[in-house]
Amino acid sequence: MIELRNIDKTFRSGKTEVTAVRDVNLTIADGEIFGIIGFSGAGKSTLVRCINLLERPTAGEVIIDGTDLTRLSPKQLRAARKNIGMIFQQFNLLSQRTVADNIRYPLELAGTPRAQADERVRELLALVDLADKARAYPAQLSGGQKQRVAIARALACNPKIILCDEATSALDPITTHAILDLLKKLNQQLGVTVVVITHEMRVVEQICDRVAVMDAGAVVEQGSVRDVFLRPQSETARRLIDPTYKEGSGLTLPPNTLRLAFTGEESGAPVISDMTVKCNVMVSIVAANTENIGGKPFGQMLIEMPHDAAAQQRICDYLDGRGVYYERSIPAGSGPAASQVPAAPDAQAVIESDIPNNEEYGLGKEAR
Amino acid sequence: MSPELIDLIVTGVWETLYMTLVSTVISYVLGIPLGVILYVTDAKGIRPNRVMNLIVGTIVNILRSIPFLILLVMILPFTRLVVGTTIGSTATIVPLVVAAAPYVARMVESSLKEVDPGVVEAARAMGSSVWQMIWKVFLPEAKPSLLVGAAISLATILGYSAMAGFVGGGGLGAIAINYGYYRYQFDVMLITVILLVIIVQIFQEGGLALVRKIDKRLR
Repeated sequence: MIELRNIDKTFRSGKTEVTAVRDVNLTIADGEIFGIIGFSGAGKSTLVRCINLLERPTAGEVIIDGTDLTRLSPKQLRAARKNIGMIFQQFNLLSQRTVADNIRYPLELAGTPRAQADERVRELLALVDLADKARAYPAQLSGGQKQRVAIARALACNPKIILCDEATSALDPITTHAILDLLKKLNQQLGVTVVVITHEMRVVEQICDRVAVMDAGAVVEQGSVRDVFLRPQSETARRLIDPTYKEGSGLTLPPNTLRLAFTGEESGAPVISDMTVKCNVMVSIVAANTENIGGKPFGQMLIEMPHDAAAQQRICDYLDGRGVYYERSIPAGSGPAASQVPAAPDAQAVIESDIPNNEEYGLGKEAR
Repeated sequence: MSPELIDLIVTGVWETLYMTLVSTVISYVLGIPLGVILYVTDAKGIRPNRVMNLIVGTIVNILRSIPFLILLVMILPFTRLVVGTTIGSTATIVPLVVAAAPYVARMVESSLKEVDPGVVEAARAMGSSVWQMIWKVFLPEAKPSLLVGAAISLATILGYSAMAGFVGGGGLGAIAINYGYYRYQFDVMLITVILLVIIVQIFQEGGLALVRKIDKRLR
């Protein structure tokens, strides 16, 4: 179990101080795949480096299976790190070593006898499906192959935890999918705890059990992936799951937009067609995507309703009747201040759950 | 050209190669540890140590700022202490090493700085000790760059060795000075210069060919 207690990390260069992580409390259970998501600069990479003390927290405790790593001697810390594998966005393989020798590196550190190390390297190569690349050098491999080598290397000493720092951000979507599948498989087969740092919601969707959302160094929301998806509590989470949101795009959705979230069987049913017929309204589908969360289909859709309040009321009544989650969408790309903007008066009736104020973003707050 | 002169030049070539290669080897034996210390004890290194870094850095800088010809004369007593004489090619090796080792230390340091910080971070995350980092990460990963540096150092040391000809060192430099400068035999000087150019070319191209062969990133 990983317990982060009151973690602060401040970087000081000359007279300027930058707080990358502030008062983070997280508990990650054994065998869990835990996501930490946020936009660039949210402090998630610094936070994950606090788990193996690549960055020493300015304050707070990092407790892994009951041991506070911040209190260990350098030697004890090196031993503890052998139980925590890590993979990186840029793979970070030793460029002058073959694939097999890269995987052998942690075994060399551990002083594993040659024959035993050879055997272990063979096992690991088979596990990540790269047996034929044993003698290749990293420069001869594709990105996905390099990351698989890095995963095999991280697993060499049977760690209990694997930290993934934007491990798929340098990969194309298909390779990303394959790497995430591999991580999921390893989690299920070996029971290894996986901590995934990412800025991409689809990564969290595909493999994580629980997720913490970070903004400006703090965890603003955490809970099961499903809960955070269906009922995002924070502005950051909303922006991360908004299919139309692009950083810096400045796109603003009209105020009469609804976000519909479908779970289970509903996503297969023709809700929108049925709704337009039964309510006698026309809606525009602004954006839509369907994801697979924890094996269950999940879809979300942004629809633009007519300005007519009566029509909007009919839509909401219909959705209530169907039991479909819906909520008013935050205007995308309008920045953090958006949550302070009052909703347009004609839309009040359709707001199913109020947008939380920033004060409500309590640390460690569970999403509903 | 007289047979004596040809003999003299052949001997000069061997003396030059002897001085340059032996000095380079000794300079690297001293320079690699110094370069590693500079890199590892740097404020951003894996084992920051301000005092150590300052001491080694200052000595390296002082030795590097003395012009070679002056250093050569300045350390004559030290040279006599080490090899028993101040003339000939073996005596020249002493000042060559004193001048080149600090230069090599900086070359090594700069090669180590080129090692991908991500790889260093990964090695730290895996629980590597300082020694393991040095032997298994820094030096192997920097090997191609270290070899490029060695080829450059060889050419520099060769140039220094020619200067030693002024104060009784051996080799092609001494021949060029004695015949070309003191006796106005420009043809002899020209031949030695051409030979020096050829030797530098061989070192440089040979070094780069070796780097292309061993650098696993270029595949």
